[in-house]
Amino acid sequence: MSRITEKFNILRRKNEKALVTYVTSGDPDLDTTIRLVLKMEEAGADIIELGIPYSDPLADGPVIQRAAQRALSNGTNINSVFDMVLKLREKTEIPLVFLIYYNSIFRYGVEKFLDNCKKYGIDGLIIPDLPLEERKELKEMMKDYPIDLIPLVAPTSEDRIKEIVLDAEGFVYCISSIGVTGIRDDFKQDLSKFINKVRKYTDIPLAIGFGISSEEAIKKLKGLSDGLIVGSAIIKEIEEGIKNGNIEENVFKFVRRLHEAIKN
Amino acid sequence: MFGKFGGQFVPETLMNALIELEREFMKAKEDESFKNEYKYYVKEYSGRPTPLYYAENLTKQLSGGKIYLKREDLNHTGAHKINNVIGQVLLARRMRKKRIIAETGAGQHGVATATICAMFGLKCEIYMGEEDIKRQSLNVFKMKLLGAKVNSVISGTATLKDATNEAIRDWVTNVDDTFYVIGSVVGPHPYPTMVRDFQRIIGDEVKEQIIQKEGRLPDYLIACVGGGSNAMGLFYPFIKDKDVKIYGVEAGGFGVNTDKHAATITKGSVGVIHGMKTYLLQDEYGQIMPVHSISAGLDYPGIGPEHAYYHSIGRVKYEAVNDDEAVEAFQYLTKEEGIIPALESSHAIAYLMKLAPKTNKEDIIVVNLSGRGDKDINTIFNVIGGIKDE
Repeated sequence: MSRITEKFNILRRKNEKALVTYVTSGDPDLDTTIRLVLKMEEAGADIIELGIPYSDPLADGPVIQRAAQRALSNGTNINSVFDMVLKLREKTEIPLVFLIYYNSIFRYGVEKFLDNCKKYGIDGLIIPDLPLEERKELKEMMKDYPIDLIPLVAPTSEDRIKEIVLDAEGFVYCISSIGVTGIRDDFKQDLSKFINKVRKYTDIPLAIGFGISSEEAIKKLKGLSDGLIVGSAIIKEIEEGIKNGNIEENVFKFVRRLHEAIKN
Repeated sequence: MFGKFGGQFVPETLMNALIELEREFMKAKEDESFKNEYKYYVKEYSGRPTPLYYAENLTKQLSGGKIYLKREDLNHTGAHKINNVIGQVLLARRMRKKRIIAETGAGQHGVATATICAMFGLKCEIYMGEEDIKRQSLNVFKMKLLGAKVNSVISGTATLKDATNEAIRDWVTNVDDTFYVIGSVVGPHPYPTMVRDFQRIIGDEVKEQIIQKEGRLPDYLIACVGGGSNAMGLFYPFIKDKDVKIYGVEAGGFGVNTDKHAATITKGSVGVIHGMKTYLLQDEYGQIMPVHSISAGLDYPGIGPEHAYYHSIGRVKYEAVNDDEAVEAFQYLTKEEGIIPALESSHAIAYLMKLAPKTNKEDIIVVNLSGRGDKDINTIFNVIGGIKDE
C-alpha cells in the first residue's frame, strides 16, 4: 500500500479530511523547499505536492508560473530536485507527490525517471498535460513501480470520468472549475454535482484542487470530498515572505490556519 | 497521429472540446454547403486562386531550372494565413461559438483572424508576445482598427511560444463559449490536420496551374517553415508524387551553430510542446529554449508534427538559412521581380538562390511566396539603413 493510500485510510478512520499543500521545488531555492515541506507537515499538511518547475506550464496561472520562473532562474532541475528529495526523506515520511509536465519526464527518460522516483521515495505523480488518451504507455510501465499515477478530472470531463478513474491510484484530482491554477473567489453551485458524479465511479479518495485559497473556502468545500488541495495561495505567502524575509513563518501560519479549518 | 508525432498533450479540461472539434470538423468536411461556403469566401473575399507567376528574371539570373512563385502574398491581408482562418471561423460559426481567440507572432495570423471576425461580427482577442508587439507595430495597429483586443504577453520569452501558451490558458478558462483559432499546423489533434486541410488549397491550385502551364508536375517545391502551415499547404498534395523533391526552409538566425536560431528540425530533439509531440528546441531537462529569427513568424521553438513525420521518413528535406541570407534574398526578389516578400518567405527565396543554380534548365521549381513584406519594412530598414539615391 502506498504512503498516500495509507494516509487516506488513517484519516478516514478518524473521519478527517486530507490537507494537500503545494510548493514549487526550488522557489526561491531548494534548501528553503526542504524547510517548507517540514514546516507544512508540522503545521498539519497531510500530503505534499512538489512542483517540478517548467518553462511552459499550460495548466498553471500566473502565480505558479512566477514560482517556476524563480526556481528555473536559480538553476533548479530534475536532478537537483531528486537530491533535495533524498535529503528530505532523511527527515520525513510524509507522502510526496510530484506535479510535473510530461515533457520533463519524456526528455529525462521515462524509465530513469521512474527508477529515481522509486529510489528517492516519491509516492505519486500528477501530470497535468497527460490525458487518458496519452497516458497508456506510462501507466503500463508504472505497473512495476510503487508509485501512484493520480488522474485529473475536470467539470468538462462528463462521460470521460468513468474511464479516467477506472484504475485510479492514490487519489483522484478533481479540478474545481474550468481554468488554470489560481485563486478564485467563488465556486459554482454545481461543484457538488460534479463530485458526486465522480464518486459514482470510484471508491478511491477524491481531492478538490484549483482556486482554494482561504479558510472560508475550505470550510465550504470540505464536506464534498476526502481532501482539499491548496497551491497558488501558498505561493502567494512565499512571495510575501521573499519580500519580508520570513517565508517559513508565513507559510507555517497559513497552513496552520488551513489545518484548523479542515480538521474542525 | 503522424507516426510517433502529434497527439493531445493538454489539460483534461480541454479534452471534450477537442473531441467535439474533431467531430464537427469531420462533419463539415463532408458537408457540401460548408465546402461551398469556404470556397466562396476564399474566392470572393480573399481573391483566390492566387497566381502561379513565372519569375523570368530570377530564372535567367540563377541559370538553373524554371522558377515559379506561388503568390500567396496576393491574398487579402497579405499572406496565406487567411485560408485557414476563413475555414476555422466558418467552423466556429457552425458550432455557435461567440468568442474567437488566436495567437500570433508576426501578426499575419492575428490580422487575418481580426479581419474575418470583423466581417462576421464576432468578438475577437489576440495574444501576442510583447517583443513581437514591438517589432510588428503596424500589424498590431491593424488588429486594433479591425476591432480586436490585443493582449500583450510578458511571460517567458514574450514571443510566439508564450502567446500560444496564453491562448491555450485562455481557452482552458473559457472553453464553454470560445473557439481557439490556431494559426499553424501545430497544437493538439485535430488542429494540425485541420489547418493542413484548410491550407492544402495552395498545393491543389499549384498542381492544376503547373499542369496547365507546363503539362507536368514540378521537380522541386520550396517553402519556409516556422510552425509550417504554408509549407504543409503546398507540400501535402504532392507527398505521394515521389519524383517531386520537397524542401522546407527553417530559420537559421545567426547560424545553426550559435544559440540564436529557430532551426527546430536541424538542431532540435523530440519532445512535447503546445499539446503535440514533435521536434523542438529544448535543453537537457526538457525546458523549452529561447529561439531567434529575424522573422517574427518563424521565431517558434516547435514545428508541426506532420513535418516532423515527413522528416523522420525522409520525404521532405529540411534546410536552414540564416538571417543575413534572408535579408539578402528580400532585397534580391524586390529588385529583380518587383515583389517585396515577407521575411518568412525570404527564407524560401534564400534557399532557392542556393538550390536553383544546381538544377537543370528543364527542371521546374515552385517556391511558395507565403506573404508580402510590408509588415517587415521597418525591420529591413533597421538592418540595412537608408538607401542612397543614385
